[in-house]
Amino acid sequence: MGPESLEAKQKAAIEEILKAYPEKAAKNREKHLGVGSPNDENQKTCGDVRSNKKTVPGVMSQRGCAYAGSKGVVWGPVKDMIHISHGPIGCGQYSRAGRRNYYIGVTGVDTFVTMNFSSDFQENNIVFGGDKKLGKCIDEIEVLFPLNNGITVQSECPIGLIGDDIGAVARVKAKELDKVIVPVNCEGFRGVSQSLGHHIANDTVRDFIFDGKVNVNTSDVETTEYDVAIIGDYNIGGDAWSSRILLEEMGLRVVAQWSGDATLKEMALTPKVKLNLLHCYRSMNYISRHMEKEYGIPWIEYNFFGPSQTIKSLRKIAAFFDESVQKKCEEVIAKYQPMIDAVIAKYKPRLEGKTVMLFVGGLRPRHVIGAYEDLGMEVIGTGYEFAHDDDYKRTKEEIFRSTVIYDDVNEYELEAFVKKLQPDLVASGIKEKYVFQKMGLPYRQMHSWDYSGPYHGYDGFAIFAQDMDLAINSPVWAHSKAPWEKEG
Amino acid sequence: MQEVEKIVNGKDLFKRPEYQEVLKNKKQFESSMLAVNPAKVEEIAEWTKSWDYREKNLAREAITVNPAKACQPLGAVMVALGFEGTMPYVHGSHGCVAYFRSYFTRHFKEPTPCVSDSMTEDAAVFGGLVNMKEGLKNCAAVYKPKMIAVSTTCMAEVIGDDLMAFIIAAKEEDGGEYLASDYPIPYAHTPSFVGSHITGYDNMMHGIMSQLTEGNKGETKQRINIIPGFETYIGSLRSVKSIVEAFGTDYIMLGDHSDQWDMPAGQYEMFQGGTKLDDAKDCINSSATISLQKYATVKTMKMVEKRWKHAGGFSNPVGLKGTDEFVMKLAELTGTEVPSKLKIERGRLVDAMQDSYPYMHGKKFAIWGDPDFLIGAVSFLLEMGAEPTHVLCHNAPNGWEAEMRAMLDTSPAKDSLNVWAGKDLWAMRSLLFTEPVDFMIGNSYGKELMRDTGTPLIYIGFPIFDRHHLHRYSISGYDGALNLLTWITNKVLDQLDEDTKGIATTDYFFDLIR
Repeated sequence: MGPESLEAKQKAAIEEILKAYPEKAAKNREKHLGVGSPNDENQKTCGDVRSNKKTVPGVMSQRGCAYAGSKGVVWGPVKDMIHISHGPIGCGQYSRAGRRNYYIGVTGVDTFVTMNFSSDFQENNIVFGGDKKLGKCIDEIEVLFPLNNGITVQSECPIGLIGDDIGAVARVKAKELDKVIVPVNCEGFRGVSQSLGHHIANDTVRDFIFDGKVNVNTSDVETTEYDVAIIGDYNIGGDAWSSRILLEEMGLRVVAQWSGDATLKEMALTPKVKLNLLHCYRSMNYISRHMEKEYGIPWIEYNFFGPSQTIKSLRKIAAFFDESVQKKCEEVIAKYQPMIDAVIAKYKPRLEGKTVMLFVGGLRPRHVIGAYEDLGMEVIGTGYEFAHDDDYKRTKEEIFRSTVIYDDVNEYELEAFVKKLQPDLVASGIKEKYVFQKMGLPYRQMHSWDYSGPYHGYDGFAIFAQDMDLAINSPVWAHSKAPWEKEG
Repeated sequence: MQEVEKIVNGKDLFKRPEYQEVLKNKKQFESSMLAVNPAKVEEIAEWTKSWDYREKNLAREAITVNPAKACQPLGAVMVALGFEGTMPYVHGSHGCVAYFRSYFTRHFKEPTPCVSDSMTEDAAVFGGLVNMKEGLKNCAAVYKPKMIAVSTTCMAEVIGDDLMAFIIAAKEEDGGEYLASDYPIPYAHTPSFVGSHITGYDNMMHGIMSQLTEGNKGETKQRINIIPGFETYIGSLRSVKSIVEAFGTDYIMLGDHSDQWDMPAGQYEMFQGGTKLDDAKDCINSSATISLQKYATVKTMKMVEKRWKHAGGFSNPVGLKGTDEFVMKLAELTGTEVPSKLKIERGRLVDAMQDSYPYMHGKKFAIWGDPDFLIGAVSFLLEMGAEPTHVLCHNAPNGWEAEMRAMLDTSPAKDSLNVWAGKDLWAMRSLLFTEPVDFMIGNSYGKELMRDTGTPLIYIGFPIFDRHHLHRYSISGYDGALNLLTWITNKVLDQLDEDTKGIATTDYFFDLIR
């Protein structure tokens, strides 16, 4: 008998893992776990997993909530607006400045991203309603932060439960102050994860920026044939900047970044671009589809992780424009190729054959696979916190080998998968980081880039390669075992 | 473009001319005022430093900006993780639990187990009973905790879910398969819109102590219960235990998370250390209970003193005076002399204070944090002759302001020392601009204040996300006070060097010996 195949091991792991659950939970979780094979036409989604369903109660899910999706992801990075966490104090505090949405500005004066504005609900606000307090919050913000270009109201759980009408407050105040004030009903109990929060936030962009009265001047920007917008890049560690530079080098004009380092004006300018470039499909496909329908702007998905995907994406984008852009695109690819060759020559020998298990959100569970594979690393497991079917369908095209797929994986399952499949690197979030480091496993946070980055684009890939080498080849992992401990 | 021999991350990458060009070019599409009219930004930035701004800022009644407090269930999660094999279980939406786990994990650099029962819209309409029934069963089956400690999010509180009834119903439905009838599932209602994280600590501690001891009242034992409070310094828990152990007395530390949030590398176990459940069930029979944090244990200590009739009371062992009082209380409760070990430790601390006092004396400090932390830390500043110019407590409970004022009034500089109860860190920004201080003491949220006002920040408090391992040290007991002294004195010395390092201008004062 030969060695057990990867696929067989993965299937056995799933079977084993499900045994710990009570019957109902096992039945539920079974549908969220699977083994994906590249180019398997029979699979409807990667690994045939089911997704975007309610989390099993009582397990340690890594999921967040709708508020996290709206305030934390979509709206929070818009830098010249003030985002009020409307409700009790905790949500805004726990989510403050956690996502590393880089921006340029004078914080507290003309930009506000890393700050925490809260209406700090007290019991009387629950009993008597908080609309009056919200109105007063907006008035006080106007006095103390006169350079803000707008306000969003990010609802926490109680708002939708006590029957407050934040829409009415926003309407009155917007008229009074002649300013964009966006009520967002992203209460944490809505939907099953942060995903619905993205959708709700996208809809409010449509209603209050595209269809609303915007108080900033956009008339000074003349349109060109080469105008594009970066959609779904939150500029984590500067990702959008290291993407933007490539697009500009190939002759495009990036009019807006959504929403890392974004301003209200950029968002308002976007309905006039020629093409929307969508990086995080999950969180911003809604507004992209809307712009396509309403303004006839096509959108394409791209992937700037790792040179293989970056090159593919650059050409895909260039193909949309004229020959001058296509020519420059090839020049850009040629310009960076020696650097990329050198990076791969340096790091591939140190990383080749190392296996990786991922669990992240948004686009990364599929988009970063190529970057690892460019370094000779092998992704053997991946999954999303809050994906839908369309994400798992897209994942089919990005995997290279038999890959265990786990949707909304919880701490118990991830730990068990790692123990059974023994990857050389685990790449996920802060909540899981120290679990695996305790086991002596190299780990990288793939939400925050572990306080490094950017990872997008060519320059970002060099950092990515260096960071993965740092993690895998650090001497610290070898210290876990004391010299007096026996082998085995 | 990156150079392969010297790959740089965002810190240096974006300083390069090609990226500076990208950022400059982006400005034409931006509406933030720095892109539109930098002079206006300068003007407003200057105005925010003024007394006029301060008056408007401090007059705020509705909007909170940059708070220095969190919500109740966070404290409840801490309590649960201080008990043997206990899973914190939050009845509500799972988004909250993701936040609590991230928050603690970023501070401790340690895993933080905690589950929720993932209530969604239908639970908001029909109540969360179904979630509770399934959640408790799954939690018990998968993680096999010895105890599950249930708290609530604001969602569950607004819809009015009844924890006691739900837990009974969950056990009944399970029929003992995973949840035996005597399986300990203490609970506490922890609404986020009342009090702060220390209130949640109090509620959960009260819940566990009262519910686990039900029907266990027996013979009183010569034994002291110690309740640490919302203590984020792992070393402090160990210092306190070492002091109590020096007296040779029997004791129970209720809620001891020092091993849970300080796991050795090598393998991962979900739960480590914690108060033994048998001890927790018997704590009602101790002769005394000492709470180390008065404002974090109001309700719990009311029960202990009024219903359980325990001796003890409050004692905050931060700083010299606080530790002296704690030691004397233990001497009184145990009827023994102060052990020589502690006498020596005290002597060493005082020796160190007398060595370093010139650098702290008369220095002005701004400090913020939880109410009990401030009582201890401000006491220590006063013991050193320092001037706590601004003492800010965002989550100040009743009585705290008067107690702090009385402390400050013992200082010769009392007229320039201010207490700010219920104020946030945006208020602190105005205070620092209008009445500057030499140093700040606080958590990572002080970082932006440091950048904006130039005031050096000494990292003491919670949360600390951007400095490593400080939480492993103690700030309690004589050894803890020595840590405070070391951190503060050396920051003063660092700053002195920083201020005098100008070559051929100020470096005559750049002394080798200080």
